[in-house]
Amino acid sequence: MLRPRAAFGLGMAFALLTMTSTLALAQDLAETQVLRIGNGGEPATLDPQLSENTQDHHIERDLFEGLVIIDKDGKVQPGQALSWTLSPDGITYSFKIRPGLKWSNGDPLTAEDFAWSWRRAVNPATGSKYSFLFFPIKNAEAIVTGTDKNVDDLGVRAVDPQTLEVTLKAPTGYFLPLIGHGTFLPVHRASVEKFGNQFTRPGNLVSNGAFILKDWTPQSRIVVVKNPNYWDAGHVTLAEVDYFPIENQNEELKRYRAGEIDVTNEVPSDQVDFIRKDLPGELHIDPLLGTYYLGFNMTKPPFKDDPKLRLAVNLVIDREAIVTKITKTGEKPAYSWVPPGLPGYQSQFVEWQDWPMAQRIAKAKELYKEAGYGPDHPLTVDLRYNTSENHKKIMIAVASMMKQALGINSSLVNEEFKVFLETRKEKKVTQLFRDGWLADYADPNSFAELLQSVSGLNDMGYSNPEYDKLVSTASLTVDPAKRDELLEQAEKLVVTDLPIVPIYSYTNKRLIKPYVVGFDLNILGYFYSKNVSIAKH
Amino acid sequence: MFSFVAKRLLGAVPTLFVIITIAFFMIRLAPGGPFDSERAVPAEIQANLNRVYHLDQPLIGQYWLYLRSVLEGNFGPSFSYKDYSVTELIWDGFPVSMELGLTAVFLAVIIGGGLGSLAALKQNRAADYTIMTAAMTGITIPNFVMAPLLTLVLGVYLRVLPVGGWGDGHELKYKILPVVALALPQIAYVARLTRGSMIEVLRSNFIRTARAKGLSEWLTVTRHAARAAFLPVVSYLGPACAGIITGSVVIEQIFSIPGIGRYFIQGALNRDYTLVMGVVIFYGVLIILFNLLVDVLYGVLDPKLAHR
Repeated sequence: MLRPRAAFGLGMAFALLTMTSTLALAQDLAETQVLRIGNGGEPATLDPQLSENTQDHHIERDLFEGLVIIDKDGKVQPGQALSWTLSPDGITYSFKIRPGLKWSNGDPLTAEDFAWSWRRAVNPATGSKYSFLFFPIKNAEAIVTGTDKNVDDLGVRAVDPQTLEVTLKAPTGYFLPLIGHGTFLPVHRASVEKFGNQFTRPGNLVSNGAFILKDWTPQSRIVVVKNPNYWDAGHVTLAEVDYFPIENQNEELKRYRAGEIDVTNEVPSDQVDFIRKDLPGELHIDPLLGTYYLGFNMTKPPFKDDPKLRLAVNLVIDREAIVTKITKTGEKPAYSWVPPGLPGYQSQFVEWQDWPMAQRIAKAKELYKEAGYGPDHPLTVDLRYNTSENHKKIMIAVASMMKQALGINSSLVNEEFKVFLETRKEKKVTQLFRDGWLADYADPNSFAELLQSVSGLNDMGYSNPEYDKLVSTASLTVDPAKRDELLEQAEKLVVTDLPIVPIYSYTNKRLIKPYVVGFDLNILGYFYSKNVSIAKH
Repeated sequence: MFSFVAKRLLGAVPTLFVIITIAFFMIRLAPGGPFDSERAVPAEIQANLNRVYHLDQPLIGQYWLYLRSVLEGNFGPSFSYKDYSVTELIWDGFPVSMELGLTAVFLAVIIGGGLGSLAALKQNRAADYTIMTAAMTGITIPNFVMAPLLTLVLGVYLRVLPVGGWGDGHELKYKILPVVALALPQIAYVARLTRGSMIEVLRSNFIRTARAKGLSEWLTVTRHAARAAFLPVVSYLGPACAGIITGSVVIEQIFSIPGIGRYFIQGALNRDYTLVMGVVIFYGVLIILFNLLVDVLYGVLDPKLAHR
């Protein structure tokens, strides 16, 4: 109970600090307002309906703006929509679009632009991977899966230029956070129709966000400049943002140290000690809504139908040691499924999580014995992961913790990424395997639905009808408090059934130059360059 | 000469066909597909994606479709860089890789050849030992050690050159470190090759004859020995050139250079079938061309060979 309060206090202090610094800043701005960001890899596309990578979405959130924005606290705020209402039955949303909105080329932006873009997303011919996010909207699933051939049947309608009406299939409590996802961003119909897949090129791309695309050299850089037609352009300080696709974290760090970029995308974990010492105050660690975990194959022995064994394994993994000795960048040890930090939702507390390791190991030994294993008859298990230095270090630690505490013999099996994805999905040879999940949207549902038995992401093969029912009921519940309660109950089942070994919740780690003001990351890792300014330095 | 080149080029057609066929089916044998990611999607959406990219058709049908579009000069859309076609990616990146690569090869020939010859002439003396030690070091220190070291010292500590990036593509400062890092091992290699063959040539009969005729040492070396001594270098550089100018994955990653080297690796890892095919065909064509060039050069350098 103490931890969240302390975090809240810190957050308040920080908010005050940024507020005062923003106020003081008006006359202290640097002459060149250019932000240079390390952006991981080359974006796969700048087409919001086709994008799936975080590096694509970072740029798209600057180029485009959706109906709503997920702000730095993870809360839903008005974006292009000024306000919205929900019908009493929880089925119909009515969004009021801000008056006088324009595309970057001066064309007026209306509700129909959103309706058209959303129809484009569900149209099978578009080939949008994230089209399943639209499933809560009436007829979306039928259109995506091809049973309904008419995309105009989608439950979105421009009642008038300022009003977008969205009809849902059933009440959907997480609908507003959901449409903060990049796939719901609008695109400019005339240029999409004119240029086809080249509509995202500089010169062709018409956008509605705070910035417009100026230059794109694949594998080198993307340059966006301030959009004078953006509704809130008066509050945008930056004149330009440059994104550099730097894949290698060590090289990114060097470019940061040489002053070639102002913000990094990542931090190499083996350099963290050096960074803390030599670049004090520049390492920013923020929680990220994601869980790094190990999955048990629940459909095959030895872990099938053996909750005692699964609990024993859970007990002996020292998360604290993993986050302090291996990952080192502020990751929070995880014992339950949904990471902390979602407004209103209480992540589950596990009674043994505060026990000292000795007590946990003693308990684990008991359970291990009850499950029918012992020194003469030890468990032998495959520990599977995709080839990567970081995963390897963690798997070695896990294997040795299981060996030391219980005498479990594990063999480490690493596979190339796509091969690993396939073996994991097949559930034939896997026993204990690495997995991880980053939420698509800021709502516990993004976690809860993954463990439903029908979920395509449930590589554990976890199936508990009671859990499935709780999660489905929750998604149909409109009252936020009641919905959170149902999802909390569902999570309680997860920590009892334990189809997984939660290891830690992810963090966002970036180096940010002291003169960069307002670069705030929310729990989804979103940032908005429109809030950033460069102080004199 | 003309008929020799024409014959070789015609012979390249079946070779390329075999390359395309093998590559096409081999990449498809790899487990997983271009749309698999940590974020798995419902089967229907997977099917939509496959349909959009014609992956729903039988493999042999896809193969004919691909062959036909290659004949039309179209390598198809990239699966992992959706806003670009494979042809665009290659044509945008190749000039960059080629510029770096050719400069590096040029440096390798001039400096490596010069140092190698010098070492041979001063055989078993201080200059020879120094050069060969340096060359051996150059060969044994891999790029991924040398390049970060260069950037750390010159970019981070001294701040005289940028650590990475490409600017707008016209600024010299971005090119120095990558070229140096790319050229160093080549210089070392060429130096060793040149030294070895130069020593051998200097002992041969025609050099003894030249010296006996009273030709100055300088003319003997530059006019007679160098020509013969460069033969092994030429046969090394031909295929090496194709590799160097299509970009080095290591160098491009370290310096964030927009060349095509990374596509060889990323294409395969992403199962970006069209991109892999594009770079494989492109590389195949270059190898064939460079081998041809080597053979032509041999004819020029070595009087014993003459193409009729």
